[in-house]
Parts: sequence; C-alpha cells; structure tokens
Amino acid sequence: MPEEFKAGCARPTGGPVGGAGPEDPAPAPEIPVKEVQRPMIMVGRKAPDFSAPAYLQGKFVTVSLSEYLGKWVILCFYPGDFTFV
Amino acid sequence: MSIDSVFVHKMWNDNELSKMVKGGVPFPMLSDSGGKVGSVYGVYDPDAGVETRGRFIIDPDGVVQGFEVLTPPVGRNVAESLRQVQAFQLVRNSKGTEATPSGWKPGKMTLKPGPDLVGKVWEVWKTKMAFD
Repeated sequence: MPEEFKAGCARPTGGPVGGAGPEDPAPAPEIPVKEVQRPMIMVGRKAPDFSAPAYLQGKFVTVSLSEYLGKWVILCFYPGDFTFV
Repeated sequence: MSIDSVFVHKMWNDNELSKMVKGGVPFPMLSDSGGKVGSVYGVYDPDAGVETRGRFIIDPDGVVQGFEVLTPPVGRNVAESLRQVQAFQLVRNSKGTEATPSGWKPGKMTLKPGPDLVGKVWEVWKTKMAFD
C-alpha cells in the first residue's frame, strides 16, 4: 500500500517506472535513425507502471500503479486543481 | 493526477473538494510535475503545460481495457465510467463467454457470442435497447 513520506522543501516528484525514461542514463545511439515513437496506449495492452507522490486523507504518500494489481483502477488526469470543471 | 504538487492537492482537497465530498477525496490525488507520466499516457499537452482530461480503466492484471480523453472545458460522465467498469467486470467474470451490447447496464441482457448467434442478434437485441 502507499508509503508515507515526510514533506520537505523539495517538491516531491515521480515518473514512469521501468523502460527508457528521460533520465535513463543509456547513451543515445550515434547513427541517426527514424525517430522512435513512444508506444501509444492501446486497449488490451499493459498500462505503463509509474510511481508518483500523492495526497491521501491528510498524508503525503508515494503511490505506484503496480500496487493496485489485483484491483480495478480508474486513472484520471485533469488540467489542474481549482480549474472549475 | 495533474501537474500540481501534493501541497496544492492538499489545499484544493481541504478547502474546496471536502466541501463537495464528505470526508474529502477518498483516493490518492497524484502529482505529476513536468507531465512525465502524462506524456507516457499520451495526455500531457506540452504547449499548455498541463494534462488533458484522460481517463483509463485498468483491470486487475494491469491491462488497459478502455480510455477516454477530453479537452479541458468538458467534464466527464462518472456514471458512464462506472458502467464501463461493471461491463468489463461482467465480461471478465464470464471468462469471455458473455459480451455487453450497446446500451447495456447492470441487469440488462448480455450476448453469448457463438455460432448460433451469427446473424441472429437482430432477434434478441433491438435498437431501442441502446437508448433505454
């Protein structure tokens, strides 16, 4: 289950888990190849795992999608807090 | 999940959302600064610097069963999302032997695909059932 963390001055961040992310230290290939497109999300395919800081009932916690294996998940994105809709 | 920090999430929950939902938001309000996760899910708009209204239904195996993405001014239909989860749950529990036709909601007839049903859906499913 989500692990609590202490809030400090640094803004907590998360990101995708596994796979080549922006911070992946793997060197870029020298030979210019066709631009590699990120795989699109497709129904019937695995949802990309991620880890992200969250606010949950008075606590700051770190949540990974993989913690929810065995459960149904509705993952919602939205433009921003206090944006009316 | 949005690009807001967990601190802003706390302020929004404590000062506004908790006045709409008793006890506040019961699920994690995820923070995705920089839109790193949103980029992977194809919902981060780098020009606006925010995430669009994406909604993904993920099953117990971690498989995406459905998604919907709207531009910011139009809100979602929560009841429709729940209906879809109920439909996916029914299909999963039937181990794929049942399917939910257009307009299905809990309690309504399902279809049992097989050789006998080919070309016969019109006999058991009527167009008005998509709307009632």
